[in-house]
Amino acid sequence: MSDQLSPISVLVRNEPGVLSRVSGLFARRGFNILSLAVGETDDPRVSRINVVVAGEPPIIEQVVKQLKRLVSVIKVSDLSDTPRVERGLLLIKVKADPAERGKLLQLADIFRARVDHVDNDCLVFEVSGNRNKVEAFIDVMRPHGILEMARTGQIALSRQMGPMSDYWASQMPEEPAEESEDGTYNISRAPDPNW
Amino acid sequence: MNNPAKPMESTQQDQDFTGADAVIACLKHQGVDVVFGMVGGAIMPVYDALYRDGSIRHLIVGHEQGAAHMASGYARTSGRPGVVMTTSGPGATNLVTGLADAMMDSTAMVAITGQVVSGLLGNDAFQEADMRGITMPITKHNYQLSSTEELPEVLAEAFFVALSGRPGPVLIDLPRDLGLAPAPPSQAVPLPPSGYKPPYRGNPLQIEKALELLGKAKRPVILAGGGVITAGASDELMGLVRACGAPVTSTLMGLGNFPHDHELSLGMPGMHGTGYANLALYHADVILVVGSRLDDRITGKLDQFAPEAQLIHVDVDDSEIGKNLECAVPVVGDAKPVLKALAQGAVAWDIKPNLSAWYKQIQGWKKKFPMVYPEHPGVLAPQRVIQTMGEMLNEDTVIVTGVGQHQMFTAQYYPFRRPGCFLTSGGLGTMGYGLPAAMGAKLGRPEAEVVLIDGDGSFLMNIQELATAVRYKVPLVAVVLNNNYLGMVRQWQDRFFERRKAETDLKPPPFHEVAKAFGGMGRRVTDPGELETALDWGRRQAAEHSLPVVLEVAVEPAADVLPMVPPGGANADFIPCEGKEE
Repeated sequence: MSDQLSPISVLVRNEPGVLSRVSGLFARRGFNILSLAVGETDDPRVSRINVVVAGEPPIIEQVVKQLKRLVSVIKVSDLSDTPRVERGLLLIKVKADPAERGKLLQLADIFRARVDHVDNDCLVFEVSGNRNKVEAFIDVMRPHGILEMARTGQIALSRQMGPMSDYWASQMPEEPAEESEDGTYNISRAPDPNW
Repeated sequence: MNNPAKPMESTQQDQDFTGADAVIACLKHQGVDVVFGMVGGAIMPVYDALYRDGSIRHLIVGHEQGAAHMASGYARTSGRPGVVMTTSGPGATNLVTGLADAMMDSTAMVAITGQVVSGLLGNDAFQEADMRGITMPITKHNYQLSSTEELPEVLAEAFFVALSGRPGPVLIDLPRDLGLAPAPPSQAVPLPPSGYKPPYRGNPLQIEKALELLGKAKRPVILAGGGVITAGASDELMGLVRACGAPVTSTLMGLGNFPHDHELSLGMPGMHGTGYANLALYHADVILVVGSRLDDRITGKLDQFAPEAQLIHVDVDDSEIGKNLECAVPVVGDAKPVLKALAQGAVAWDIKPNLSAWYKQIQGWKKKFPMVYPEHPGVLAPQRVIQTMGEMLNEDTVIVTGVGQHQMFTAQYYPFRRPGCFLTSGGLGTMGYGLPAAMGAKLGRPEAEVVLIDGDGSFLMNIQELATAVRYKVPLVAVVLNNNYLGMVRQWQDRFFERRKAETDLKPPPFHEVAKAFGGMGRRVTDPGELETALDWGRRQAAEHSLPVVLEVAVEPAADVLPMVPPGGANADFIPCEGKEE
C-alpha cells in the first residue's frame, strides 16, 4: 500500500469554531493535510470543507470515520473514486524583464493563465485548475524566478447529480430515540434491574 | 447555531425570565435531579436561578475535578447524564481531567461552565479560559452560547448527544451576561438539524456474515467490553453464549457483563488479564469483539494478539472498527440489538458447533496458569482482601476503584456477576477517580450499597471530597489498601528499572484519622484476622450514620500484580502468577 491523495468533501454546520474542530482532529490524530478550503454553501447554515489528505487506504478510512464522529459534521464523502470537478487557484508573481516577457506570456497561454498585472520587472499570473495543472505551471515558472506566490486549497464537486441542496437529509436518528408527545427524544441507559 | 428555536408568546409572568432561568428549566425538563459543582463569579446568575427554583439538588464539591468524577459515577449507576456546573477560568479548567476521563470511558456527562461576559471574550479578562478550544479534543461535542434564543435548543441537543450512540461528555460554555439577559420561556424544543445520527441496528447482511463465521469457528472467543454494559446487553450476550458456546473474556470496562463464575468465563484479557484469556485469544480462529476499543492494554503487541483469528467487530462507533486491528466482519450498531440478532441466528443453526476440543484446551490452560498469589503469615495479601470482600458483599453492591495495583487486584479477584456494578477509570487511568465516583454512584443508585476500593496514592488525590461526603451524608465504605507505595509504579521499577524506587515511597497520612477529622469515621486494619469484623463494622456504620467510613488496610507492600504482560510485549508471553494453589 502506498500514500494516495484523497480529496475529501465535508459538509459541516456553519457555526463558530467548526474549522478548528476539523483541523484539530487532523492535527491530533496525525493525519496529513495537503490542502484545505472552506466556504459557505447555498444554504447559509451549511459550509463545505474540502481537504486533500495523503495516506494509505486504511488511514483515509480512519479520516472519514473520525470526521463523521464530529457532531458538527453533516456529511463526509471521499471523492477519490468519484468523477469530479476539482479546482484550485494560483496567483504567482514572476520576474520578467521586457526581454523575457514574451516567452512567459507564451507559456501562460498554454496553461490558459490570465495576466493580472504587468510592469517593467514582473508579471502576476492567475491560474486555476486541478492540482497537477497548478503544479506544472509553478514548475515552468520556477526557472524564470518566482518572486511570490499564493494558492488556495483545492475545491471539488462530484459530477453526479445529487438531490437539490438536500444537505440535511437523514438528519434525525431512527433509533433508539422514541419521539415523545412534546417532540423531545427520550432514551434510557439505565441498567436493567431485572437482570 | 443558525436555526434558533422560535421564542414563544411571552406572558406577563415571563417578563423576568432570564437565560439562567432557561438553563434551570431545561435541566428540569431533562429530568436532572442532582448537579455537582462549585459556584463562582461567571456562573452566579445560574446558581441564583437554581436557588430560586429550589427543586434541583446541588452538591458543593471540594474541587471541580471531584464534581466531574461524581457526575461520572452518577451517570454509570443511573443511566442518565451526570451534570456538572462550574464557574469560568480555573473552575472550568479543573474539569479537564474529568472530561477527558469521561471521553475515554464513554460516560454521558453535561458540563455547564460560566464564561466572562460576551463583550470581554478574547480579551484575557479575569478568569477567562477558552473552554471551547481547551475541551474540543476531550468532549464529544461542546458549545459556546451567543444568545439566549439558542439556549433551549443547545441544551436539548447537548443531552441527546451526551447519552445517545456512544455516550460522552458535552460542555456548554455560558457567558455571564446571557445568564442575566431575558430569555424566551423555555419549553420542549425539537433537536436542531445535524448530521449526528447514531446507528442502532446492525446491518442484517453483516450480521449474517458474522453468524456464518461464528458457526464455522473451531476456536471462538467473545471479547465483551464496556459497550455491552452501556447498551444494557448482558442478557443478549448470555443468550448468544448459550446458543453458540463461545467462551467470554470481559475487558476491564466490561467486567460484570458476563458472570465471573460462569464456566465459559475467561476473566479479563490483556496486560493484567488471566493467562487463559490471553492464550485463548492467541489461539482463537474467530473473535467476536463487542463494545470494546481493543486498546493497547488489551491487545499487547498488535501482531501477536490473535495471529490466527478473523475478527468480527461490533461497535456503535464506526471509527473503532479497524482502528487497531484488521476486521473481517464489521458490524456498526448498538450491542443490544446486534447481540440479540446474533443469538437468534445462532439458536437456529442446524448443527451446533462442537467445541469440546477447544474447551479441553482452555481447561488445560486454566489448570496450568491458575490465578494464585503468595501469602505471608501476619500480613494481608491485597488479593486476599479483595477475595474476602467478594465473599462478604452482595451481588448488587457497587464496587468503585481508583487507579493502580488495587484496581487490577479488584478486576482480577472480585467476582463481578452483574452489569453496572463496577466503576473504574479504564481509558485515562485517572488516579483520584474513586472517592468522587463512588459518591456519584451512590446518588445515582441510592438503594445500592457502594464500596470504594482504593490505594493510598489514588485515595490521597481527591481526598478533599470526604468533606463533601460528610456534608451531604453520602454513606459509603472506602477500603484503602495501604502499601505505603505508588505500588504499580514500584512494581515496574522493581521489574524494569533495576529496583530503583524513584519517588514511589509514599508514606501517606493515617487515612482513618483523616476521615475522622473530616467528620467521617475510620478504622485501621493491620491484623489479617480482623478484616471481616472491620468490614462488617464499616458497612453498619456507613448505613446507620449516613457517613463515609474509611477502612485503612495495611497490605503486603511487595505484592505485584500478576499475571503481567511486559510493556510492548506479546500477550501470550505473560509473566504468570507466583504462589501455589490452595
